[in-house]
Amino acid sequence: MTPIAHSPHAHAPVSIGKVMGTVLLALTPATLFGFWLYGWPAINLWAISIIAAIVGEALVVRMQGRAVRPVIMDGSGILTAWLLAISLPPFAPWWIAVLGSLFAVIIGKQVFGGLGQNVFNPAMAARVMLLISFPLEMTSWIAPDANAPGFMDSLRVTFMSQHMDGMASASLLGHVKTEFTRGVGLDQALAGYYSPLHMLLGSRAGSLGESAALLLLIGGLFLIARRIITWHAPVAMLLGVAVPALIFNAINANHYAGPMYHLLSGGLMLGAFFIVTDPVTSPNTATGQLIFGFGCGLFTWIVRTWGGYPEGVAFAVMLMNTLTPLIDQYVKPRIYGRDRKGAALTANKGA
Amino acid sequence: MKLFDLRGGVHPEGRKNLSAERHIRALSLPKYLFVPLQQHIGAPASPVVNVGDKVLKGQLIAVAQGAVSSSIHAPTSGVVVALGDHVAPHPSGLPVPTITLQSDGAEKWITCETIADPLALSPEDIAARVGAAGIVGLGGATFPSALKLNLSRSSGVQTLIMNGGECEPYLTCDDRIMRERAVEIIEGIQLIAYAVAAKEILVGIEDNKPEAIAAMQAAAQGTPVKVVAMPSMYPMGSEKQIIQVLTGMEIPAGGRPADIGVLVHNVATAYAVQQAIRFGRPLISRIVTISGGAIKTACNVEALIGTPVQELIDFADGYSQPAARMVLGGPMMGQQFTNTNIPVVKGTSGVLALTQSEIGQAAPSPCIRCSTCIRACPVGLMPVEMVSRIRASDLAAAVSFGLKDCIACGSCSYVCPAHIPLVHYFNYAKGDLATQERVKLKQEATKKLADTRNERIARIERERAEAAARRKAAREAKERAKEAAAQAATETV
Repeated sequence: MTPIAHSPHAHAPVSIGKVMGTVLLALTPATLFGFWLYGWPAINLWAISIIAAIVGEALVVRMQGRAVRPVIMDGSGILTAWLLAISLPPFAPWWIAVLGSLFAVIIGKQVFGGLGQNVFNPAMAARVMLLISFPLEMTSWIAPDANAPGFMDSLRVTFMSQHMDGMASASLLGHVKTEFTRGVGLDQALAGYYSPLHMLLGSRAGSLGESAALLLLIGGLFLIARRIITWHAPVAMLLGVAVPALIFNAINANHYAGPMYHLLSGGLMLGAFFIVTDPVTSPNTATGQLIFGFGCGLFTWIVRTWGGYPEGVAFAVMLMNTLTPLIDQYVKPRIYGRDRKGAALTANKGA
Repeated sequence: MKLFDLRGGVHPEGRKNLSAERHIRALSLPKYLFVPLQQHIGAPASPVVNVGDKVLKGQLIAVAQGAVSSSIHAPTSGVVVALGDHVAPHPSGLPVPTITLQSDGAEKWITCETIADPLALSPEDIAARVGAAGIVGLGGATFPSALKLNLSRSSGVQTLIMNGGECEPYLTCDDRIMRERAVEIIEGIQLIAYAVAAKEILVGIEDNKPEAIAAMQAAAQGTPVKVVAMPSMYPMGSEKQIIQVLTGMEIPAGGRPADIGVLVHNVATAYAVQQAIRFGRPLISRIVTISGGAIKTACNVEALIGTPVQELIDFADGYSQPAARMVLGGPMMGQQFTNTNIPVVKGTSGVLALTQSEIGQAAPSPCIRCSTCIRACPVGLMPVEMVSRIRASDLAAAVSFGLKDCIACGSCSYVCPAHIPLVHYFNYAKGDLATQERVKLKQEATKKLADTRNERIARIERERAEAAARRKAAREAKERAKEAAAQAATETV
């Protein structure tokens, strides 16, 4: 006899797989743009990341004696690897992708107990690990306007770390940081290097899929429309960057870049719509997500402005990840018939 | 009229069109009727007939026991053939005490007292007649109505809310009764309002039932009854939610609607009240929706209490395909059953035969803390946090997250992309909590008895010692007096 089922006897047509699939779909335009921008090496890197994540996760789950298929099919490992891949420099060598993916799904996720149990965003944890361990490989940027290598050349780039002459470049954030250390002000550092329109459309040196702010924004809006994410964390993160940028830019425009510069550069758009919205590692309530998002934005701006690294999204997210349980502890919705502290309301008869 | 906002809620597919246009039809008389003694919240009724007794339609066959209970009447005329166990309309399918009636086909009524002007009765009399008619809340809660009237009259009612929400998918029994018997319902509402001296009367109906709204509005013309269209959303028909949307007030945690001067009744209950007061007819039948993707001809029937559910399914031309799950009530809060010999009872609003695709249930996967459940909860709970506490057997923490405030509406389980049976966890935890509290009460009672006993023994010993001391003191005093007297005698000598 089949066991008696508890109510409800109707369910919305949703599943974890569908949620992950929708997020992957939202990432696709920015990713395809990255492929077009950087050519075959980018495609290699993306494919290697995902394959490594699937194989690595399958092995670990098998060692745990759990069923492999449902874990792989929920798509969360693929999403993690995908997010990591598009945050890597497009011409990074294959082992960066493999190491990063394995770290993300094994150390970042399965060690904590698998899907839903991890404290840190796995993709960001892997990115931070790579950045600290392999600073050279992780900051070798490519100018997108150079001739992209063909398929055979791409294999040499990805697997033999062959450098493509004349393609090396610096990201905007990296360039500005370097210029600052040389005592060059913002007005000179940005001259000929910064165009908000190019930044928006994505034709700039940077990570594989972080470049096209507009396409990431469209993907994010798609997720909001499909109710996979809410606006709270993304908007708060953008504000967390824009507000201090606006204030400090007003105080000293030659030393502190304005909000537009910050909003369109680095991994901010990817972070705002695809990283801080990670349900597992962000707070549960709308208010909590506002706090979390703003914190991520603020710390990103602080690292970019005063930190040793040019970009701070991954650090900011990991820092705020540690605060998620605390935020969830203190920010809860008010329960019907109770006040905010949880005490029963007093009866106000016939009011 | 200004409506107030609700938090959370979900929009499950209504599927009411399957049966919404089907008129209420009477079921043909079944050969046997199985009338359980427990069809309401509270103590089971106690039978007042014996096997072999001939009964008339509407005759009292089981009488209410104790403060919270309800009487039960013969649904048709015939012979009592058994007083024993019959499979219960409950997921367990366990047998429960049941009166089995063999119908004689005559449908011969008891003599019913018809009252032309019920408003000449006293409010107490109306409540008493409602109680004598065995009326319970027909929305599904089956709380004895007379008790609710009496409690509300003594505490005072500002607003009487009649619940025509019917937010459960599939169900159209309230929709149909409002369309077809609006005049009787409005009269019943006015009787309830009179019985509790309500100052304001609101009928809340979801706006997915425009015909019912129109019929009720037409019937309410010239009466103080105000019919209000409410947005269609689940769980709009829940007591707390309908009060909130119509009045903006919240029932304080652990309280009752009466605490804020509100009384809520279902529209079908109003019809039963009208029938009982005006025509002296006890509650022996109810409207039931038979629906679901596996039912051939979904419809609404007026079924006698005690009719086997199989007769309803046959009436709906049986199954169009094998049912994946049979449900009593609506799909959101209804209960699965497996045996179609279970009877229709006072709380049976629907009989559903659902297909696998309608149920849409999949094997649970890990929670990704997406917080969809938090957004869906109409009460403001965090189901994701409660479940993790319950899984760790930390019930106290689950209570601190509001376990006791959960109304078990199923919104969280409905939206959960991981298909975690959240409400199942909550009901399990509530049951466990109730058991723990019972054990605690018992321990406290035992401790109190033991303490009293120890105290009594100590007191007796103390009194005994005191008495002994008193006696000793008296004896010594006497001896001293004697000595003094002797001394005085020698001195005088």
